[in-house]
Amino acid sequence: MAELKLTDIRKSFGSLEVLHGIDLEIRGGEFVVFVGPSGCGKSTLLRLIAGLEDISGGTLEFDGQVVNHKSPAERGIAMVFQSYALYPHMTVYDNMAFGMKLGGGGKAEIEKRVRQAAEILQITPYLDRLPKQLSGGQRQRVAIGRAIVRDPRVFLFDEPLSNLDAALRVQTRIEIARLKERMADTTMIYVTHDQVEAMTLADRIVVLRAGYVEQVGTPMELYHTPANLFVAQFIGSPSMNIVAARATRDGEALVVEPEGGRRMYLPGAGKVVGDGPIQFGVRPEDLTISGEGQPVFEGLVTLVERLGESQLVYVERPGSDEPLVAKLPGHLEVERGARIELSANPDVVRLFDADGKAVAL
Amino acid sequence: MVDPTGITLHGEVGAGADGGPRGPRPRRRFSRRNIFIYGTLIVVSVYYLLPLYVMIVTSLKGMPEIRLGNIFAPPMEITFQPWVKAWAQACTGLNCDGLSRGFMNSVIITVPSVIISIVIASVNGYALANWRFKGADVFFTILIFGAFIPYQVMLYPMVIILREMGIYGTLGGLVLVHTVFGMPILTLLFRNYFTSIPEELFKAARVDGAGFWTIYFKIMLPMSLPIFVVAMIIQITGIWNDFLFGVVYTRPDTYPMTVQLNNIVNSVQGVKEYNVNMAATLLTGLVPLVIYFISGKLFVRGIAAGAVKG
Repeated sequence: MAELKLTDIRKSFGSLEVLHGIDLEIRGGEFVVFVGPSGCGKSTLLRLIAGLEDISGGTLEFDGQVVNHKSPAERGIAMVFQSYALYPHMTVYDNMAFGMKLGGGGKAEIEKRVRQAAEILQITPYLDRLPKQLSGGQRQRVAIGRAIVRDPRVFLFDEPLSNLDAALRVQTRIEIARLKERMADTTMIYVTHDQVEAMTLADRIVVLRAGYVEQVGTPMELYHTPANLFVAQFIGSPSMNIVAARATRDGEALVVEPEGGRRMYLPGAGKVVGDGPIQFGVRPEDLTISGEGQPVFEGLVTLVERLGESQLVYVERPGSDEPLVAKLPGHLEVERGARIELSANPDVVRLFDADGKAVAL
Repeated sequence: MVDPTGITLHGEVGAGADGGPRGPRPRRRFSRRNIFIYGTLIVVSVYYLLPLYVMIVTSLKGMPEIRLGNIFAPPMEITFQPWVKAWAQACTGLNCDGLSRGFMNSVIITVPSVIISIVIASVNGYALANWRFKGADVFFTILIFGAFIPYQVMLYPMVIILREMGIYGTLGGLVLVHTVFGMPILTLLFRNYFTSIPEELFKAARVDGAGFWTIYFKIMLPMSLPIFVVAMIIQITGIWNDFLFGVVYTRPDTYPMTVQLNNIVNSVQGVKEYNVNMAATLLTGLVPLVIYFISGKLFVRGIAAGAVKG
């Protein structure tokens, strides 16, 4: 169980700085997910924590001890790579035992730990095989097993599911979730660009963009109270509808008028927001056509994507090219070309100021 | 033929090694396409094999028969005397012990040169590919630049260096020269091969606690057999066939086989003994020939694996 503390961590490649001072504390036994679009620096940050890249500035502490210049093995980390990175010339058993053999563990102890890990991951029948004789999912399990055997202080995952097909991905995700339960004392850090993985696995999510931390919080915090426009649109699928709007105070209440939409009356919001331009955000799943809440938008249905239990309805409103997306129950009959009215409850609406920062309502 | 899927699998010598085309046999064996392909191949191989044939045939004839002038005719009376003479009795200057002395010299030169140069170059290439130390690029550029400097420029400076070191004219001196001159191209070869091995393997090994040498011996080496074979072939044939360095940096009693061959074949005194010359040439060429025959398949695969980044 290791606690991590990152203080003003920076990383430059030559003159190009890719991480601009990351501050983060990770509690012992926590499962933290780094998420962000490609190029945001999440994998680089993971490699800095792993000790595979040199830290350009700031300090990294494990349990209060600075480990900036310690090797990966000295830090006591284990890592699962996207490409599995199994040694092709070694059997599954040797792959899993390699780290412990180098660490000088006794033969019996190694055998016991490898068998144990293999049992957990159900790869015991393959111990004598070479990696090339395994399927993608089996290989990834071996890679996870290799990390378990080392009994690490910090367990790192670098996009471990990206090379698997959709069905295997779900299955392996569940296995990782089980692993998290089983190894509750081990701190785990998981990098992904897939927000579903982030939402389902994480105790806390760190959203990164362009080398900065945008927000840190539990999955539900990020979903319900995104700190800014970026997080609001990144978390949740399909992403939040954002529409430019005008705000006008009316006593303690606020009247918001989205472009191409109807006025919405937000009681109490007048205390925190002044008059002027504002960004109005509402999630597709919060829009209804049943007339609940206040009607906001009206427009033509241009596309319907039926997913079975639900359907995504793209609505074009007057004066805008950007269609609104509404996630409606699958049983409703919505025809392309129909004119519909979308409503929303005032308490699910999010407002963002001109800089994209969320306004606390 | 090398199975194209075998090329991309690094270090997996087993893959596709059974060779040959897969799937059902083509129905028409004498299609126009096959006739054209095999016809061309046969013509080209005859073109290359004819000189070899003439050499072998001539080396097995006696001088009277050679003087008849039918160079393509098979020997009427096979004699191995020219081979014996070429190996043990032919004279170069004052020595009359044939090529045997040169053969031993060449072995003593080639074996350590090949081993030392490959050991150093593979570690160089590994360090350059995986441990991006400060100045690695500059070092690499300088090394590669070395490959483009004509040997002639360095001949005399090298003589002075060897003289100052006190090893001019010795076999050790020539071993040093071969090792140094093989370094740029071999390092390039190894670096490119190691670069093509997925970086994550290297990182996984570091996470597992392996250091510089452990990764080299336990991870990189077992995965790089093909490129070691390629390097060995390049070095063995290159050093064995070398004439220039041999003639410049050795003395008559340390001449390698190629220099001795030249002295036998080009001697201006006495009768030209074509049969002995042919036998001597074949003897000298035998080592690279055998190497190619044994490892031709591995050679092709190694070259391809280094070139195609996978």
